[in-house]
Amino acid sequence: MQRQGRGRALAILWGALKIVATAAVTFLGLLFVTFVIGRLVPVDPVLAVVGDRATASTYDRVFKELGLDQPIWVQFWLYLTDVFRGDFGESFLTKRPILQDIGRVFPATLELATTGVIIGTVLGIPLGVLAAVRQGGLTDQVVRVIGLVGYSAPIFWLALLGLLLFYARLGWVAGPGRVDIAYEYDFTVRTGILLLDTALQGRWAAFGNVFSHLILPGSLLGYFSMAYISRMTRSFMLGELAQEYVIAARVKGVPEWRIIWVHALKNAAVPLITVVVLSYMHLLEGSVLTETVFAWPGLGMYLTNSLQNADMNAVLGCTLLIGTCFVGLNMLSDLLYRLLDPRVRRRG
Amino acid sequence: MFHRSHWLATAVAAWAAVQGLPALADTPPDTLIQAWAIDDIITLDPAEVFEFSAGEMLGNSYEPLISYDPMNVSDIRGKVAESWTVSEDGLTITFKIAEGRQFASGNPITAEDVVFSLVRAVKLDMSPAFIITQFGFTPDNVEEKIRAVDATTVEFEMDKPYSPSLVLYCLTANVAMVVDKALVMEHAEGDDYGYNWLKTNYAGSGPFVIREWRPNEAVVFERNENYSGEAPAMARVIYRHIPEPATERLLLEQGDIDIARKLGPEELQALSSNPDIKMMEGVKGSIYYMGLNQKNEYLSNPKVAEAMKYLVDYQAIADTIMSGVATVHQTYLPKGFLGELDETPYSLDVEKAKALLAEAGYPDGFSVTMDTRNTADITAIAEAIQATMAQAGITLELIPGDGGQTLTKYRARTHDIYIGQWGPDYQDPHTNASTFAYNPDNSDDATSKPLAWRNSWDIPELTAATDAAMMEPDAAARAAMYEDSQRKVLEDSPFIIMFQQVEVAAMRENVDGFVVGPSFSDNSFVGVTKE
Repeated sequence: MQRQGRGRALAILWGALKIVATAAVTFLGLLFVTFVIGRLVPVDPVLAVVGDRATASTYDRVFKELGLDQPIWVQFWLYLTDVFRGDFGESFLTKRPILQDIGRVFPATLELATTGVIIGTVLGIPLGVLAAVRQGGLTDQVVRVIGLVGYSAPIFWLALLGLLLFYARLGWVAGPGRVDIAYEYDFTVRTGILLLDTALQGRWAAFGNVFSHLILPGSLLGYFSMAYISRMTRSFMLGELAQEYVIAARVKGVPEWRIIWVHALKNAAVPLITVVVLSYMHLLEGSVLTETVFAWPGLGMYLTNSLQNADMNAVLGCTLLIGTCFVGLNMLSDLLYRLLDPRVRRRG
Repeated sequence: MFHRSHWLATAVAAWAAVQGLPALADTPPDTLIQAWAIDDIITLDPAEVFEFSAGEMLGNSYEPLISYDPMNVSDIRGKVAESWTVSEDGLTITFKIAEGRQFASGNPITAEDVVFSLVRAVKLDMSPAFIITQFGFTPDNVEEKIRAVDATTVEFEMDKPYSPSLVLYCLTANVAMVVDKALVMEHAEGDDYGYNWLKTNYAGSGPFVIREWRPNEAVVFERNENYSGEAPAMARVIYRHIPEPATERLLLEQGDIDIARKLGPEELQALSSNPDIKMMEGVKGSIYYMGLNQKNEYLSNPKVAEAMKYLVDYQAIADTIMSGVATVHQTYLPKGFLGELDETPYSLDVEKAKALLAEAGYPDGFSVTMDTRNTADITAIAEAIQATMAQAGITLELIPGDGGQTLTKYRARTHDIYIGQWGPDYQDPHTNASTFAYNPDNSDDATSKPLAWRNSWDIPELTAATDAAMMEPDAAARAAMYEDSQRKVLEDSPFIIMFQQVEVAAMRENVDGFVVGPSFSDNSFVGVTKE
């Protein structure tokens, strides 16, 4: 009995070690590839720091300060040892610690991406199910056209038309930016997720304003996410509805709504989790075009700006963050698989 | 991505034409809100600031030793200093500091603060330090050469008797802004002269104080209650980072911002008929040019360079692609500078260009590349030039890249042709002469790498002339020297100088008192009122 208990503990420990080792190798590989690509980009990082006009002596000093006179593997090693100490370095551009920069821009993206994926999932799954049930019918065609537009229309174009209609013409929503100047000093920014900050502090007028700024870009990203999710839901559902258990259920007289929404959807849910997670992940990387049109100070704009200026510390920091989100969300979807699919649970 | 702004502008224009846009909101009456692209800010420290947007922000929040009237640049006047004298040997300038003035912190402004600011800039040796160090200062000798004689007197001792106007103009630059020594040193770490602190904080004496900088988001100013001059009408001024011109236009029309600073020709055109919006414009020092690398066998032929100067449709580009935001300009000194030369001998003349190419031995033309920064304006200009060059048989292959990429290649002089912009570092002609008409060492490992070097243009005579003009004490004689130098560059250089930038700010009708000056540091919101 005792031996069996120890065996299980060892197995859990072994499993945990495997996860940690996989994550470590993933991150190391990710960092290494990003680092090498960053050094191969034909942009001089010193330029971002000293500009085009500095004297040779200033240039040389900064070149050394950035460690660029060292061989590339030494540079990578130095970076790694700093990272292990929790020091991600300073951005060449904003001259602030990377963690502080990311702490500022990521919540903006997180808030937007989460809104987007919620809207995308809540609308996308039912639409996909309906399209599958009425395959070839009008509903199916409409859903497919909506999906196609979501896939093919340039997001900045839709974003601007959205602003023109809902902000400029109808006045239903607030304009670009995260909050109006009038509310900016009405609450303290703690988490950086402004809906949460305003709600926790009971600033409901500010909450309303933040929501009004968020809803249009959130819906836009939600629309793109919905286009993907609905299409995938439709195809998974078509697969499920052709299964024999569905026929058996119908023969047994199970109501049609129950067959669709309970039996078939539950089975389609396992691959759907992956779709939703991928969609969320895509939004978390930050959408630079949406962020630009909506003047949304998020990760997409920060990362693009850093890349263009060869600000490698910032790029590496963002890569690690995105990698962490990816690994984290993957683990979450594994966990959800276990909850939803008894076969996985038994095997695991 | 390249033509994103065109797309957007077209979408906005189409929609607005049909619907007409109503104004809904207004900004608070004591707050001025401007939209601009402020992602170029890397620091707020006067010893390091060299970016357009941060330069403008310092111009409104710090005070230099001396300054000039932005409407008449030749009128140099005191700011922190009330007067100055130049010694007979021309080596030392003595400044008398105005008494009774104070920093935003309440600390008095003394000679010691002035000396500290200049010494600090030289010792920190950041990008703009050369504006001061070019007068013979090094981190080792600066404490001895720039000194406070008493609480109100500063001596500035140079290694050579430079033209006083040059020195004075250099001292109007941001790098010479006076910082609050006591406040900065409270935050110093080791021997960093408070550098780590000041890059995100404020220690000046100007009409506004910088309250907060959120990178890529906003910079917030508040009225300096301890300001020694007349108090500004605005209690708060906010710059918002709105990189997309079409978005700026929407915000301005809705009244959610007061001034839009980054509008393209399409937006400006569309707004010109809106009665709620007015425009203010001013010529800026930045010029658009092409640099032809003399390492290239075709481009090093003077006839080829001359032919290419006839293959740009200057006026058509200024009237269409750059309408309202640039004027035709072909000499290296921008309008408004001492010694400016307003001559435009070149215009599109394909036949003449063909004749010159035949003389050069290339009657059928040739093929070269041009590194083109992927901004909307540079790309559009480059495409227009590509079309006119083709008419004479020259195949111009455009290599698009972002700013860092094209510049890195240009600085390594591995380009054929580079198209880009150059803006002056201070308001004296030497700033551009020392780059377009100066190349003391054309070897690959030269320490000084002006634009003439980047294009491998070896010019010992012009270099000597630039050195001489730098020392000439008489302003009229000096102006004549620069005119002469510009004529030579106009005729013989591998530079095709095309346009001078015009900055246009579009603002709500109720905004008054905004100043668009010759440099970004001269742009002022200090006198702004809103009715």
